[in-house]
Amino acid sequence: MHSSITKKLAITLLAWAIALVVFFPIFWMILTGFKTEGEAVATPPSLFFEPTLSGYHEVMARADYVKFAINSVVVSLGSTLLALLIAVPAAYSMAFLPTPRTRGTLLWMLSTKMLPPVGVLMPVYLLFRDMGLLDSLSGLIVIYMLMNLPIVVWMLYTFFKDVPKDILEAGRMDGAGTLQEVLYLLVPLTLPGIASTGLLSVILSWNEAFWSLNLTTSSAAPLTAFIASFSSPEGLFWAKLSAASTMAIAPILILGWMTQKQMVRGLTFGAVK
Amino acid sequence: MRPISLIPAAGVALLTSLAAHAETITVATVNNNDMIIMQGLTDEFEKAHPDIKLDWVVLEENVLRQRLTTDIATNGGQFDVMTIGTYEVPIWARQGWLTALDDLPKDYDEGDLLKPIRDGLSQKGKLYALPFYGESSMMYYRKDLFDKAGIQMTEQPTWKEVRGWADKLNDPDNGVYGICLRGKPGWGENMAFLSTLVNTYGGRWFDEKWHPEIDSPAWKEAVSFYVDMMKKDGPPGATSNGFNENQALFSSGKCGIWVDATSAAGRIFDPSESKVADELGFAPAPIAKTPKGSHWLWSWALAIPESSQSKDAAKTFITWATSKGYVDLVGEKKGWTSVPPGTRKSTYDNPKYQQAAPFADFVLKAIESADPTDPSIKPVPYTGVQYADIPEFQAIGTQVGQMIAAALAGQQTVDQALSAAQRSADRTMRQAGYYKD
Amino acid sequence: MRSFLLQAPAVSLLLLWMLVPLCMTLWFSFQRYNLLNPFISGFAGVDNYTYLLTDPALWTAMGNTLLLVGWVLAITVVGGTLLAVLFQQEFFGRGIARLLVIAPFFVMPTVSALIWKNMMMHPVNGVLAWLFNLFGFQAVDWFSSLPLTSIILIVSWEWLPFALLILLTAIQSLDDDQVEAARMDGAGPIAIFWFITLPHLKRAISVVIMIEMIFLLTIFAEIFVTTSGGPGLASTNLAYLIYIRALLDFDVGGASAGGVIAIVLANIVAIFLIRTVARHLET
Repeated sequence: MHSSITKKLAITLLAWAIALVVFFPIFWMILTGFKTEGEAVATPPSLFFEPTLSGYHEVMARADYVKFAINSVVVSLGSTLLALLIAVPAAYSMAFLPTPRTRGTLLWMLSTKMLPPVGVLMPVYLLFRDMGLLDSLSGLIVIYMLMNLPIVVWMLYTFFKDVPKDILEAGRMDGAGTLQEVLYLLVPLTLPGIASTGLLSVILSWNEAFWSLNLTTSSAAPLTAFIASFSSPEGLFWAKLSAASTMAIAPILILGWMTQKQMVRGLTFGAVK
Repeated sequence: MRPISLIPAAGVALLTSLAAHAETITVATVNNNDMIIMQGLTDEFEKAHPDIKLDWVVLEENVLRQRLTTDIATNGGQFDVMTIGTYEVPIWARQGWLTALDDLPKDYDEGDLLKPIRDGLSQKGKLYALPFYGESSMMYYRKDLFDKAGIQMTEQPTWKEVRGWADKLNDPDNGVYGICLRGKPGWGENMAFLSTLVNTYGGRWFDEKWHPEIDSPAWKEAVSFYVDMMKKDGPPGATSNGFNENQALFSSGKCGIWVDATSAAGRIFDPSESKVADELGFAPAPIAKTPKGSHWLWSWALAIPESSQSKDAAKTFITWATSKGYVDLVGEKKGWTSVPPGTRKSTYDNPKYQQAAPFADFVLKAIESADPTDPSIKPVPYTGVQYADIPEFQAIGTQVGQMIAAALAGQQTVDQALSAAQRSADRTMRQAGYYKD
Repeated sequence: MRSFLLQAPAVSLLLLWMLVPLCMTLWFSFQRYNLLNPFISGFAGVDNYTYLLTDPALWTAMGNTLLLVGWVLAITVVGGTLLAVLFQQEFFGRGIARLLVIAPFFVMPTVSALIWKNMMMHPVNGVLAWLFNLFGFQAVDWFSSLPLTSIILIVSWEWLPFALLILLTAIQSLDDDQVEAARMDGAGPIAIFWFITLPHLKRAISVVIMIEMIFLLTIFAEIFVTTSGGPGLASTNLAYLIYIRALLDFDVGGASAGGVIAIVLANIVAIFLIRTVARHLET
């Protein structure tokens, strides 16, 4: 008994040490956001200081955080819903009506993600200009949907594949059409998986910083553009940058933490069982 | 957090509905201090011009430049006012991308703009952008450290002297490095400084037939001098130090000497931002073999793209933001050391500015003596002290900057770096069709 | 037929997304097209390709891309597996410790890079420099002397939590009876890890490798923010090289040729690697 307690203590120490080291940069950033600019660059680093909100006040005075944040929310949720809507039928047919080409299609979809976006910026910029999609939320939603679609289809496919075929068979016997089959049987059965896929897609859209910077100007600019207006300006900027960064990552970090259990449950359910 | 953030949002919504008839112009600018002050004065402008509303896009320099270039070259029409530099203005004006600013209001007083700055923003005698602030380069030093080391500053320091001083001042154990210079690769970063060093050593970017001369003896001498001095007396991590990083180092008391933009003077002389404000000394940029091209000339200017739908409103705004009245407004509201420097004679004639900014004379002299049309002792086919006014220069400057940074980091010798840089510049120029042989 | 109809929206959208820009990219790659210099124009033949393929920077960039992907994969998979085993044990405050350790995955790449550059790895004011000095070592000048290593560290820090999350999930489904039986037979913890845990994780590891590889091949923001590809070309990968062509040179023709080469490479990698990995996923 005694040895198992020692072991538990040792594991606790080790695990916490690692967790703290990994989390330290984020902790330090949050802390720096409450310092003055002078304290932020002090050597040795100052751990004890009088917290100030001046960094936050300055950030709020210079940029309309709420507008950027709303754009981020709309774009990540919109693109995720759209991607799920398109991916569910595709994944369904791949999982339940496989053809010899299914695997090839799936791999091809994934390979579309390996092209560096900067390589196609010009064509996309010209297309967007002609379709009037520059600086529009709908344009960004479409781009993010396309960006995440391969991953979403693939993850849903792995979840669907694990659903026993006879459950769906039984439904079909009762006279359910494809739509009912998907809506009333498949979706409820795989909801944890769909949820974790959706979460991943939201996170990836929230953090995307290339298309959002190049295709938006002001009315559709999300939080990544907000960050770009605080990174490396003249003079001392670490406290302001930290405050702005904290504001930009807080919503997604909190969402991630709150849904971590769902995410794990979803993943257990499918791909990595 | 919540209540704070909701109130401005509601306020904004209210304002937008009240001013629904107003014309909105989109202003793209760099996140430098002077521009942030301008953004902060939005209310003043909108009060004076109730029919115009300003929509700001503030980005860091690199992101902004690529964003603006993509937009203007594809005729995207996303911006009404663009903040660009003396490098872009002539190139873009030649392409017909910028609106010529020929009928400026009388009280704008074009003649008051400093001549080298005005020339830099003109093409065939027409202005294509209005200068927001202008700068040259000069030397900053710590009087206290100089006194302690018994060094006497000369009227026109030479690089040889500077090196001797840096050796004496260098004291890394006490957190003071002899000299801070730019090392971060980029045509507007380390190459801006290095071009002036090469110029004063008698070198040039291109010969009269556009062949690059980066492996010439003058370049080798200048770059070896720079690398040796920085390795011995410079701060660690010099290859990531650009203008901002060096300003942070100097104002926190970590450098003995700093040679950089004159526009930093106001901030490092401001005690609320700088620990060394009381000990600050100024001198002209050092020279080596020739004074020609030993200090650069740059300005950030406001231009209106041809693709803008609101040219008149945009013009009203840029004349306001670069007017004498704007300088006075900033002086009254933010203090005279914060006014945008280097654009107007009247700023330097203003006794309030002279009193607040003892460096004013140095800056004015540096700007007025910089000559972009004659930057080197040898003849050159281009205009520009620290750049060449051709589209290919950005790429060449940045690649050369990378190679020299690699030499500074000790990954290769100066000779290797320069011959690699020469090859890459030669490829680019050949590809662009400047010469065939 | 039904299968075709159901897949049609996804497949056709991705096809469009792939083909329209791809065709335009292909078209541009045979053109003289510099955004800043409209006077140079016309058909370029294979000039853009010869220019790119004879550029010594291309091979350095490819090498760096492979190093970056390889090292980050190695670090995150090995580290993730070990951490998954550790964080699966019972210990005090496990829930909170887990939250802390997965946090980096939610942080925007630009923000991560900014934190590391300005607050951790800065050679004068950074926390690491301070720690090194505290223990009497010379502060490391990360981005000039170890540029690629620094990038690898930052990217690994971002992706380790992802690997951990997936592998932790997988490890939880490990059959306790099987482990218990092995222990009865006298197997030590290392033997259990090697012969039971690891084989059980094979599929999850494949998932990690596949998803990470897709993102790692196009790493850009971290390099852009920290080293700008330097010093020299020391940390330039393929995505960054194309960026230099496209948005520093504004040479659309050259950048498009680079894009085409990147597509070809991506497909080679896809065929070669994903297929080997994907085999594990079938069962």
